[in-house]
Amino acid sequence: MEIRLTLGQSKKKKHKFVKAPYLLLLPSFVMITALLFFPMLRIFYYSFQHYDISAPFYDDFAGIDNFVKIFTEDPLFIPSLVNSFKWVLSQVLLQLFFGMGIALLLNKDFKFRGLTRGLVFIPWAISGVLTSVIWSLMYNEHMGVFNDLLMKIGLINEPKAFLSSTTSAFVAVVIAELWRGIPFFAITLLASLQNISAELYEAAAMDGANRLTSFIYVTLPQLKRTIVLTTLLRTVWEFNNVDLLYNLTNGGPANSTMTYAMYIAKTAVHGSDFGYGSALTVIAFIILSIIAFLYLKISKFEEA
Amino acid sequence: MQIKQGKLDKSLTFYLPMLAMLMWTLFPVYWTLITAFKPEGDIIKSPLQYLPKNITFENFINAWNDVGFDMYFKNSFYVGAGTVVLTLTLSILAGYALARYDFKGKRAAMLILLMTQFIPRSMLIIPLFVMFSNIGLISHPLSLILVYSAVQVPFSAILMSGFIAGIPSELEEAAAVDGANRFQAIRQVILPLLIPGIVATGINVFIYAWNEFLLALMLTNVQSKFTLPVGLSFMLGEFNINYGALAAGSIIALVPSIFLFIIAQKHLVNGMGGAVKG
Repeated sequence: MEIRLTLGQSKKKKHKFVKAPYLLLLPSFVMITALLFFPMLRIFYYSFQHYDISAPFYDDFAGIDNFVKIFTEDPLFIPSLVNSFKWVLSQVLLQLFFGMGIALLLNKDFKFRGLTRGLVFIPWAISGVLTSVIWSLMYNEHMGVFNDLLMKIGLINEPKAFLSSTTSAFVAVVIAELWRGIPFFAITLLASLQNISAELYEAAAMDGANRLTSFIYVTLPQLKRTIVLTTLLRTVWEFNNVDLLYNLTNGGPANSTMTYAMYIAKTAVHGSDFGYGSALTVIAFIILSIIAFLYLKISKFEEA
Repeated sequence: MQIKQGKLDKSLTFYLPMLAMLMWTLFPVYWTLITAFKPEGDIIKSPLQYLPKNITFENFINAWNDVGFDMYFKNSFYVGAGTVVLTLTLSILAGYALARYDFKGKRAAMLILLMTQFIPRSMLIIPLFVMFSNIGLISHPLSLILVYSAVQVPFSAILMSGFIAGIPSELEEAAAVDGANRFQAIRQVILPLLIPGIVATGINVFIYAWNEFLLALMLTNVQSKFTLPVGLSFMLGEFNINYGALAAGSIIALVPSIFLFIIAQKHLVNGMGGAVKG
């Protein structure tokens, strides 16, 4: 009797338990669906519409008009994609390179390690707009410390407006974004470095590995999963990131810092043709999906 | 001789990169800080002062009272606090489900949460603007709280499930033996042990909300509702920039996020490593 009672109870409990996880997940999934997935679907819908908030009387089904216009008439479509390519490639590669260096450095044992780590990671907590302000103060033509230092060491003779020259604006924004971006890689790589067991290095040392070879044959393979995932996340993130471009150069001068995401943002914030902006966004989404797919295939992520 | 060699080696591979790294990271912040404390005349004066000769609080008073940083700060704080409360509530619930239950569709649920990380944020600005215009929530803090929470819930839920999984389920079972029901067991046993995880996740969410720019720019169109990033951007775009007040405003925006970051940094590094590892 007693046994049957507990059996019955546990059965009843089990049945109740099955519902619980769905109920617990429900609020989160309602939020995500309503505010992330549903808007995403709307973008696809708008991209096939004439949808101009300044001329609502002409709104109707557009077919592929918006896309045709982008591919045939838009003078910024290809140049902004090229800029995005340059932007993403320089950011991800340089952030990975310097982030790895910093992670290796901070993985050593030394005095004040915790403090140093905290200080080095600070830019990660600083917003894109704030980074823009900080670097615009340094790049400034009249009061900027960069001009002052470069003139002191004799590289330039007179102050330059780095952000308003087509030759230097892009590089100047890249450098400022690196300042904020490197700590992200340093943080994730450091966390993974600390998970590599010391035995692997001891074994490598017994096989006669020096510092370089043990980095190549022990550290890198152990970090592969982290590197693949962080570089991919970062590629998507940097492709979309406009905070510095918007605030330091606003896509200028002469569109030299106009990336694709910046072009979309300008169309959305200052323009009124939401159908056209949506079509641009759909193209961005397709490009990013292809990149992510190829990247995971080529890097053989599943096997890592 | 050998010792000297070792020291030289160490200064090249360790001290020099270390110094470069710290200079690169800290100098820009230092420059903003001293600009904020320089009187207006000294900011542009040549030769530039690397150590400020005169110190003033005028820029801070100006930024806070006249430029509008009192409003921006208040708006950012409300949005940040609201986002933290909503995101934490949802992600603790979801994280508990993912950590403690085996159920049909669990893999799919995890996959959907991860997929959201790949949704380009710039994709959302147009449809969200239309949506919130239709329900009349443009320039209302609630619109930002809802959107930021939706963006932050997936990653936070994954983080929370990691933290919860780290608490042995035997503790809950022991509480159940003592006659506590599941809810009581969670409240009395799990929550207290979860506090470090909650603090780290909450701070991560707050810093995101405090710093976010593009969505805030799109969903706010009156100055009295600007958050700090939108306010700073607005100021940076003006024709005649008051650099002292701009630097002071930056320091005002900077202090809370750096303070919170220092508290959470250790937990976050571990949590993020775990999340990236999967």
